[in-house]
Amino acid sequence: MFNRLFRLSSYTAALLVLVILAGIFGVLYYYARDAIHDFGFWHFITTSTWEVGEDDEGGVFGGLIPILGTLFSTGIAMLFAVPIAMGIAVFLTEIATEKLKAPVGIAIELLAAIPSIIYGMWGLFYFGPMLQRLFGGQSNSLLTAGLVLGIMVIPFMAAISRDAINTTPAVLKESAYAMGATRFEVVKDVIFPYAKRGIIGSMVLSLGRALGETMAVAFVIGGVFRFPHSLTQPTISIPVLLANNFAEAGDLELSAMFYMALILFGISFITITIAKFFFLKDQK
Amino acid sequence: MNLAMETKEFYFTYAGAEAPTLKGIDMPIYANKVTALIGPSGCGKSTLLRSWNRIHDVYPGNRYEGEILLYDKEGNEENILSYSKEDELIRLRQRVGMIFQKPTPFPMSIYDNIAYGLRLAGIKNRSELDGRVEKALKGAAIWNEVKDRLKQSAMGLSGGQQQRLCIARAVALKPELLLFDEPTSALDPISTGAIEELVTELKEEVTIAIVTHNMQQASRVSDYTAFMYLGDLIEFGKTEKIFVNPKEKLTEEYITGRFG
Amino acid sequence: MNATQRRRLLLNRAILILSTVAAVIGLVFLFWILTTLLIKGLDSIHWRIFTHDLVEKGLRNLIVGQMILAGVASLIGVPLGLLAGIYLREYGLNSAFARFIRNLSDVMMSAPSIVIGVFIYGILVAPVGGFNGWAGSVALAIMMIPIVVSTTDSMLSLVPQELREAGIALGASKAQVILTIVLKAAKIGLVTGILLAFARVVGETAPLLFTSANNDYFTLNMNQQFPSLTVSIYQLATFPDKPSQDLAWAGSVILTALVLLINLTTRYIFRKRKSK
Repeated sequence: MFNRLFRLSSYTAALLVLVILAGIFGVLYYYARDAIHDFGFWHFITTSTWEVGEDDEGGVFGGLIPILGTLFSTGIAMLFAVPIAMGIAVFLTEIATEKLKAPVGIAIELLAAIPSIIYGMWGLFYFGPMLQRLFGGQSNSLLTAGLVLGIMVIPFMAAISRDAINTTPAVLKESAYAMGATRFEVVKDVIFPYAKRGIIGSMVLSLGRALGETMAVAFVIGGVFRFPHSLTQPTISIPVLLANNFAEAGDLELSAMFYMALILFGISFITITIAKFFFLKDQK
Repeated sequence: MNLAMETKEFYFTYAGAEAPTLKGIDMPIYANKVTALIGPSGCGKSTLLRSWNRIHDVYPGNRYEGEILLYDKEGNEENILSYSKEDELIRLRQRVGMIFQKPTPFPMSIYDNIAYGLRLAGIKNRSELDGRVEKALKGAAIWNEVKDRLKQSAMGLSGGQQQRLCIARAVALKPELLLFDEPTSALDPISTGAIEELVTELKEEVTIAIVTHNMQQASRVSDYTAFMYLGDLIEFGKTEKIFVNPKEKLTEEYITGRFG
Repeated sequence: MNATQRRRLLLNRAILILSTVAAVIGLVFLFWILTTLLIKGLDSIHWRIFTHDLVEKGLRNLIVGQMILAGVASLIGVPLGLLAGIYLREYGLNSAFARFIRNLSDVMMSAPSIVIGVFIYGILVAPVGGFNGWAGSVALAIMMIPIVVSTTDSMLSLVPQELREAGIALGASKAQVILTIVLKAAKIGLVTGILLAFARVVGETAPLLFTSANNDYFTLNMNQQFPSLTVSIYQLATFPDKPSQDLAWAGSVILTALVLLINLTTRYIFRKRKSK
C-alpha cells in the first residue's frame, strides 16, 4: 500500500515538471490574448513602437526593439565569452601547473555562484563608465550589456567545460602525445572531440542564462525604447522591459508584457530544445 | 648485435617526490629483439618504459638524471634526456611509439585514427595516406576485419580490435622502437594471443620493449628480460637464462611465484 | 626541422599563449569585480545595518525576508524535486516518459527567471489582488525544482545497483529500499545539491520583482508584500544619492558573502566525504 502510494507521489512530482511548463505557456498565453488579438504575431514582432494611449487606455505595442536587444546582447555576450571561457578551461586543464589549478579553479567556481545583480552593479558603476571612456557613446549601452552578460557567464561556462575536459582519460591524451602531437593538437584532436558533449552543453546552458538574464542587464542596457544605431547606444531587452515597466503597466500594456514574456520563453525554449536535439542527444 | 637503446645510470624522480623512483638503471635494448620488463607492481617497470619516449614530460615537474641513448640504423647515438625543445620531443615520439594498458582509440574514424600520426608528420597526399593506412592495418593483422568500415568510428570495435588498431596507428609512423605498457591487461585470452603473435611478427621491422605482469607472456614473447624490484634493475639477460637459471635469488623467488 | 613541423610548433605556441591570455583577461575582470565589491562593501557596512530596517536605512528586515523567501521556497521545491528525481532514477530510468521529463526539466532549468516571475504574477498575484510573500517563494521554488531534480537524478545514479538488489533480496519493498538504503547512500550528494539550489535562488531578484515585490518594514506575514534584499539592492542602486548606493553595496557584499559561504560549506562537506 505504502509502496504504491510512494510510487504514485513520485510519479506525480515528475509529472509536475510537465504541468508547470505547460502551465507557464498556458498562463502567459491567457493573459497575452488581448495583445495577441490586437497585434497578431508577425505585426507585433516587427513593430518598434511601444506607446500607451490616452489615459492609459489602449495604445500601440510592438516587440521588435526588445527582441533585437535580447538577441544582440546575447550574441555579443557569447562572442566574448566563448573564446575566453575556452581559454580558461584549457588553461586550467592543460597549461596551469598543479599549484595554480586548484586555487584558480575554485575561484572560477565561486565566481560562477555570485548573484547576477552584483555583475549588474559593477557594470553600472565601473565597467560601463570605462567602456564609455574607451569607445565614446553612452555608459549604459548595448555593448556594456553584452559584455557584462558575457563576463557573467564566463566562469559558469569555463567551470563546466573544465569538468568535461577533465573526464578525458589521461591515457588517451598520452597516446596522442606518444604519436608526436603537440599540446594544441591534443586539445583539438583528442580532448575537444572527447569532451564535446560537455563543452557544447556548457555553451548551451550559458546561452540560456544570457537570453533570460534580467539583473546583469537591467542596470547597464539603458532601458530606453530605441533602436541602437551603434553598439555604444542604449536600448532595451525583453527581461529589462518587464523588470522596469511590468508593475506599472495598464491593461493592454500588461497584456503586451505577457506577450513579451511568452515570446522570451518561446525563444529560450526553442533555443535549448534545438541545441539539445542537435548537439546533446542522449548518448544512451 | 646492434643496440637500439641504452639506459645508463638512470634516475627518475616524480614531481613533488623526494626520493627517486628509479635508482641507477643500466640496461641495453637490442635492435629487432623483444625485451620484457617484469617485476612486482610498484617496481618501476612502467616508469622506466615511459621514460624511453619521455611521455613523463606531459606532466610538469618530473626529473630525469643519467643518460638514455637512442641509436639509429647507422649506429649514431643521441641522448634523449638532452632534448629540451618541443620539436625534439615530437621527433623522439615519432621514432619511439607507445601502446598503452587500455586500448586508446581516438574519437574519430578507423581510417583517421591511423592517418592521424601520419598527418601530424606532414603527409597530406591522399594516395600515400591510403597506402600507409592499409599497410599499417595489414601489419597489425586487422585489415581484413576493418577494411569495409574504415570510415566508421573506431569506438565500435571490440577491445582486442581496438588494441590492434592502436598498434597499427603506432606502426604507421614506422617507429624504430615500440613500447608496450601491459598491452593485454584489459583483454580476453584470445585477443591476448593475437597481440602476442603480432608482437613476435613485428620484431622483424621494429625493436620492441614490453612491460608485463604476466610471466608466461614474458617468456613466450621476449628474447631478453629485465627483472626490476623497488626501483632497481635486479637482473637482465636472455629470457631463457632468466627464467631457467637466474643469477639472483630475488629473481628466482619472483619467477617461481614466491612473491609478487 | 621542416616547414610543416615549424608551422605546427608555431601554431601550438600561439594557441597556448592565447589561451593563457584569455584566462588572464577573464581572471582580471573577475578579480576586478570581487575587489570592487569588497572595497565598496567593507566601506559601507556598519553594525547598525544589521539592527535597523530599510525604512531606517538598515538591512535587517531585508536579510531576514530574503532568507524566509528562499527557506519557504526550499520547503516547497526540495521535496517535489527529490520525489521527481527519485521517480526518474528509480522508477522511470530510460523509459520514454522519464527521458521526456528529464529533457523538460533541463529546459525548465534554462527558463528565464523573470518569465517565472510573470507566470506567478498571473496565478498568485493578479487573482488575489496584490503582491505577497507566498508568490515570491513559489516563484523561487519553481526555479529550485529542476536543479534538485537533476542533482537527485545524477546522485542516485551513482548508488551501486547491488545495494538495491541486496535490499530487495532481504524482502524490502521498493519504496523501503529507496527510502532506507538508496537515499541514505546518496545522502551527502543530495544535501550538496539542495544547498547549491538554495544558494542559487537566494540571490535571485527577477522572480521576486512582481511576486513578493518589497517591503520597507519588518514583517513575517507572507500574505503581504515581503521584504527582499535583492529587490532592494536593485532599487537602491539606481537612486542617485550616495547613502542609498552605499546601502546597495553593503547589501551586495552581504548577499555575496552568504552565497559564497554556502558554496564553501558545500565544498567542505563534499570533500570530507571523498577523503573518507
